[in-house]
Amino acid sequence: MNRGIGLATFREWGQKLVAPIDGPLMVIAGLLLLLAIGMMGSASPERLNSQFMNVAAALVVMRMAAQVPPQRLMHLAVPVYVLAVLLLIAVALFGDVSKGARRWLNLGFMRAQPSELMKIAMPLLLAWFFQKREAMPRLRDYVIAATLLLLPVGLIARQPDLGTAVLVLAAGFYVIFFAGLSWKILIGMAAAGLAAAPLAWNLLHDYQRNRILTLLDPEKDPLGKGFHIIQSTIAIGSGGIFGKGWRGGTQAQLEFIPERHTDFIFAVFSEEFGLLGNLLLLSLYALLIGRGLMIAANAATLFSRLLAGAVTMIFFTYAFVNMGMVSGILPVVGVPLPLISYGGTALVTLFLGIGILMSIHGNRMLVQK
Amino acid sequence: MEFKNPQQELERFRSRLAVAGGFVLLCFTLLFVRFVWLQIVQHDYYQTRAEDNRISLVPVVPNRGLILDRNGAVLARNYSAYTLEITPSKTRDLERLIDGLAAVIDIQPKDRKRFRKLLEESRNFESLPIRTRLTDEEVAKFIAHRYRFPGVDIKARLFRQYPGGAFASHMLGYIGRVNDKDLEKIEEKEADANYRGTDHFGKTGLEQRYEFDLHGETGFEKVEVDAGGRAVRTLARTAPVAGNNLTLTVDAELQRIAELAFGDRKGALVAIEPATGGILALVAVPNYDPNLFVDGIDTQNWKELNESPDKPMVNRALNGAYPPGSTFKPFMALGALTLGKRRPEQLISDPGFFNFGGHHFRDDKKGGHGMVDMYKSIVHSCDTYYYMLANDMGIDNIAAFMGSLGLGSRTGIDIDGESEGVLPSQEWKRKRFKKPEQQKWYAGETISIGIGQGYNAYTPIQLAQATAIVANNGVMFRPHLVKYVTDTRSGEKRMIEPEPLRRLDFKPEHIEVIRNAMIGVNKEGTGARAFAGAGYVSAGKTGTAQVFSYKGVEHKTERMQAHLRDHALFIAFAPADKPTIALAVLVENGGFGAQAAAPIARQVLDYYLLGKKPNAPAPADEAAVEEDEE
Repeated sequence: MNRGIGLATFREWGQKLVAPIDGPLMVIAGLLLLLAIGMMGSASPERLNSQFMNVAAALVVMRMAAQVPPQRLMHLAVPVYVLAVLLLIAVALFGDVSKGARRWLNLGFMRAQPSELMKIAMPLLLAWFFQKREAMPRLRDYVIAATLLLLPVGLIARQPDLGTAVLVLAAGFYVIFFAGLSWKILIGMAAAGLAAAPLAWNLLHDYQRNRILTLLDPEKDPLGKGFHIIQSTIAIGSGGIFGKGWRGGTQAQLEFIPERHTDFIFAVFSEEFGLLGNLLLLSLYALLIGRGLMIAANAATLFSRLLAGAVTMIFFTYAFVNMGMVSGILPVVGVPLPLISYGGTALVTLFLGIGILMSIHGNRMLVQK
Repeated sequence: MEFKNPQQELERFRSRLAVAGGFVLLCFTLLFVRFVWLQIVQHDYYQTRAEDNRISLVPVVPNRGLILDRNGAVLARNYSAYTLEITPSKTRDLERLIDGLAAVIDIQPKDRKRFRKLLEESRNFESLPIRTRLTDEEVAKFIAHRYRFPGVDIKARLFRQYPGGAFASHMLGYIGRVNDKDLEKIEEKEADANYRGTDHFGKTGLEQRYEFDLHGETGFEKVEVDAGGRAVRTLARTAPVAGNNLTLTVDAELQRIAELAFGDRKGALVAIEPATGGILALVAVPNYDPNLFVDGIDTQNWKELNESPDKPMVNRALNGAYPPGSTFKPFMALGALTLGKRRPEQLISDPGFFNFGGHHFRDDKKGGHGMVDMYKSIVHSCDTYYYMLANDMGIDNIAAFMGSLGLGSRTGIDIDGESEGVLPSQEWKRKRFKKPEQQKWYAGETISIGIGQGYNAYTPIQLAQATAIVANNGVMFRPHLVKYVTDTRSGEKRMIEPEPLRRLDFKPEHIEVIRNAMIGVNKEGTGARAFAGAGYVSAGKTGTAQVFSYKGVEHKTERMQAHLRDHALFIAFAPADKPTIALAVLVENGGFGAQAAAPIARQVLDYYLLGKKPNAPAPADEAAVEEDEE
């Protein structure tokens, strides 16, 4: 009898535990995690254990986020944003320098990278901002939103961390885009952006310019700056349709691919699993994004919609920028392959996003017209 | 103010979502097109590039052939040692890399200096040693830190070793890193492919002359390499073929005894087997340790060797040209007999000088030797006899005859860079000098030629060869150090110079006169003290070559500065009736031939004929005052 009661209790706990979790999202993310573990086993087996720990931590974060109702998140928007901006300023003033960039803040007990926090804080704040407007947003509101966006982006770009700056900028832009910024202005901005490109070029660091130049002609400096791109495109190209098989990639196993467990893990994947593997990976990301956009479409409030839409598009940005740079069509910026590259920080951020999507889905519109 | 219309707002939002979704699909399609381009259209190209990355043809350097003496004693061999090597083309900041390495493995300033020197001389893409002869402990230590140093690796290399150190160094020569001049030779031989991976080349001596025999055939390994250029595994292998071994005509023990006989004196000795032309010993002292050159000599040693006043880098046996002094007389006598200028028993009167054009050419013996025949002229080294003879023969007859004995031209020994010496003649003088008055040959100049002075200057090997020709009844061989080259693949032996070069048309009775007179030298003449009690009959001739001319001044050698003392010479062959060895000895600034050179010859002959080993260098016989010599 006791056993019966015990089982029932466990079942109840179990149901409570999985209740906020969205099945389709979880399945897609789970499949991507399986690929991640498989790739880590090929690219860097010695990191498998620590990546398991990262996955576990990320899943806990996801589950916790999934339980927080969007209204609560809205309350958090301003404090989190303010905190993140303050931390970014602190980094600019007192941050640790590593590899020529000032990105880390030593908090005594741990080193934090506040720019990472901004990837979530930014869409949160802007979604809150547009939710708070009573009326249809006017141009003035967009200007304020743009200011809120560009301040932290500028701080991050100065560190310099071009990859994160691009991601934060994209995240904020998505919110503004989804909030309904008129096409006229969007097109006007695009034109202005193109016009300002030479100015921006002057603001870039030498190494950032080199990355762009390298993209245009990697063979110019095959042992130096072009090495990453040359070797990763060789890896992808030599993978062919079917790939060389798990752990069979010579470019990967003989260490021709740099950063092969982090930013360039896609080259390893592509070499070992070929075009078919790439198709599978693209499909999984497309499904993940599709599910996210569906959640956004059905979200209950403007805040939830904007947040869900932006978070979903962050996944897209990660995936596109990473695969684009590894395959040589985008400049090399430090953006990992979402859910697959090694590293705890990005993984936690991404699963936080998934958790938020799940929470929004849990609080979706129950009545549809 | 436009207020919100929730329904309209939702519709607008959803349309924006649709745009975003479309954008996502567009971008992913773009990526997919890129993948198709790379993985299908360009697949073959990238496949090749990946293979090029992965597979490297690594040459496997063959073992260099050994150099053995006639009895199989090893004179040059190889040993395997670990070296720490850097491939400069794979590293960016060389100085920082070396600093980093120095924290792991002991790297001295002299290692860095040598590395820089190698770097300047290096060919592209080869790896260069920063340290050689690593201990096992150092190897283990580096391997633990290897991941930090791309482009740096440990290699097991074969090193050349000359176990005798300085022993026979002028004969063996040495190898050193390949330089541009060597590359030209390699290209000339069209051996480029075979020298891929080879970083040493014979620089002097036998190592140089027989380079292409000793080198062997390079093998190849198809290996898989990682991004750091390190071999991961071997895919296929063609084994190298070791270089051919050289077996010398030289008797290492004889060579050793001859070198020791010199003590710390400078000079040269060449001993030849008359019946074959094979060199039994080729001594040039002082010498140097060829091992110093193998992995690049450091500046200090190089300076010491090159700046030493004793000139240890000069191979005196081949490149030192000395007046032969009285050792010239037996050849003069043979020439006189052959040309019919003298009969053996023909007597001349020696008043102690020869008067030519009012000038007195003095004999060494005051008052002269009295009546002198050819035998006596050699045994007691009578100068007047040869002053007269030279005058009777004339310079061009002398030059022609001496030239036929090989004097004044390269013997063709199998070592490069031999000197010609000077065989004086009218033609020689015309070519030698520029001013017309200097170009003319004066008859007075012929007189001192007769006693081996004047313009005469021959290398010790030329004297040894001329002696060997007389000992061998006029049959002339090209002197050679290598008896045969053993082909590693087939085991076949290729003999070096087995056939006589030419046969000089001497009458046996003429040779006999010279032989008897030279036996007399060692029995009752100037060589008698040195050869007292020898258990064999030997033929010899002493000689003393003036370094400096003291015109009409009585001089005592003891009082002269060492470097102005006369050179001592001695030629000999034995046993006199059926010679198995002929030699020439030169002791620089040794004084009289009988004092310094003859005792060395005695030790060498004693060992070669009787197996007697001396227990000290040949003593300088200061008591042997050579009243008979000039």
